[in-house]
Amino acid sequence: MIDILQNYWQALLYSDGYGVTGLAMTLWLLVLSCAIGFCLALPLAVLRNARNPVLWFPVWLYTFIFRGTPLYVQLLLIYSGIYGLDFVHHTAPLADFFRSGLNCTILSFGLNTGAYTTEIFAGAIKETSHGEVDAGLAMGMSRVTLYRRIIIPAALRRALPAYSNEVILMLHATTLAFTATVPDILKVANDAYSATYAPFDCFGIAALIYLCVSFTLIFLFRRTERRYLAFLSP
Amino acid sequence: MFNLAGYGPQLFSGMVTTIELSVLSLVVSFVIGLLGASAKLSKSRPMRGVATVYTTIIRGVPDLVLMLLIFYSLQIWLNDFSDYLNSLQGSFTFAFPLDPFTSGVITLGFIYGAYFTETFRGAFLAVPKGQLEAARAFGMRPKQVFRRILFPQMMRYALPGIGNNWQVILKATALVSLIGLSDVVKAAQAAGEATFRTFFFIVVAGAVYLVLTTVSNGVLILLERKYSVGVRKAAL
Repeated sequence: MIDILQNYWQALLYSDGYGVTGLAMTLWLLVLSCAIGFCLALPLAVLRNARNPVLWFPVWLYTFIFRGTPLYVQLLLIYSGIYGLDFVHHTAPLADFFRSGLNCTILSFGLNTGAYTTEIFAGAIKETSHGEVDAGLAMGMSRVTLYRRIIIPAALRRALPAYSNEVILMLHATTLAFTATVPDILKVANDAYSATYAPFDCFGIAALIYLCVSFTLIFLFRRTERRYLAFLSP
Repeated sequence: MFNLAGYGPQLFSGMVTTIELSVLSLVVSFVIGLLGASAKLSKSRPMRGVATVYTTIIRGVPDLVLMLLIFYSLQIWLNDFSDYLNSLQGSFTFAFPLDPFTSGVITLGFIYGAYFTETFRGAFLAVPKGQLEAARAFGMRPKQVFRRILFPQMMRYALPGIGNNWQVILKATALVSLIGLSDVVKAAQAAGEATFRTFFFIVVAGAVYLVLTTVSNGVLILLERKYSVGVRKAAL
């Protein structure tokens, strides 16, 4: 246990001497995919609640497909599937993009968490009480202003507990990155395991790091909730 | 198109493996969840402590990490155990080989048992206390109270959570192909590598999962209707 820590603590935390690895890579994956997911989800959640089927149906299809299939399958599809397609292989920019495991991982993670986040935000938008909308309209707000000032800020607050859950689940999902050769915590632990054949120690250390990150995230979200959902506290 | 380049049978048996694995894991985690929820709501402090540590750790660590941890460690522990038994008496030779399927069921059951514990805990608490007191007043034994009063009502509150967990388990079985189980993902990968049509076969695997989740969604709606017989919904 001690010698594994001595040999691998740097790689587990930030770098193996060649590039970013371990905890730093996991956090980078988490931040980037959640940012992509958030930016994707906000407009899609508005469209998801539209009355026109041309608007909501594609969004529904997107969330249906991405929430109905395992993330591992999506990652495989993007990482090994798309690169094997002929036209991708022969288009230089696309081939460059899909050759990198990191790009494919972030793309699939972002699309996946985007689908879940869309449904969370759409649910929160749907729960807006009609009184708030009526009041906004009575003040002479345009639709855009109404969304910007009333509906979206309130919906994001309501979505906070569910969204924090989704971020934790995303942290757990980042472990899949090691199947696309991205050197996150699990990849380093797996390398350590191949070198030492001590599975309990190697994966146990990884589990402890993930546990610490989970608890930190939960703590941060609790504080955020206390700030933004203060009006709900008893 | 529909004979899947001759890989249809492999994909089909992979799908059957996926379904078997998820159903068995569901059963294991369901039982662990009931036990865990009872432990969490019991009066004994050590029981509550153990259950709380279990759910906190399992839900804080990624399932893939736990899966690798348990899969590789379990085999070593079992080998040590059989070595120990063999050293005790020489006439038998004990061996506990562990195939990916069994360890997949054990691991998934153990992991999602923690999620079920939380689901059931919430559902147990949602059953009005007066019902249980009334049952006790009728002279029912604790076992009867559980079977006749608590469980049927608890299921109504637990069903949405159970459905959620089931969908998560179904999708988590894809991870078991990483520890060598030949499920539908593995079959699709093999077929894709053999025919150089990875994209197509992975889409097929994804479609299989999509069908499974959609069908189970339908079943869940039927179950919810069954368990909420006699409950009046607010007319909105």
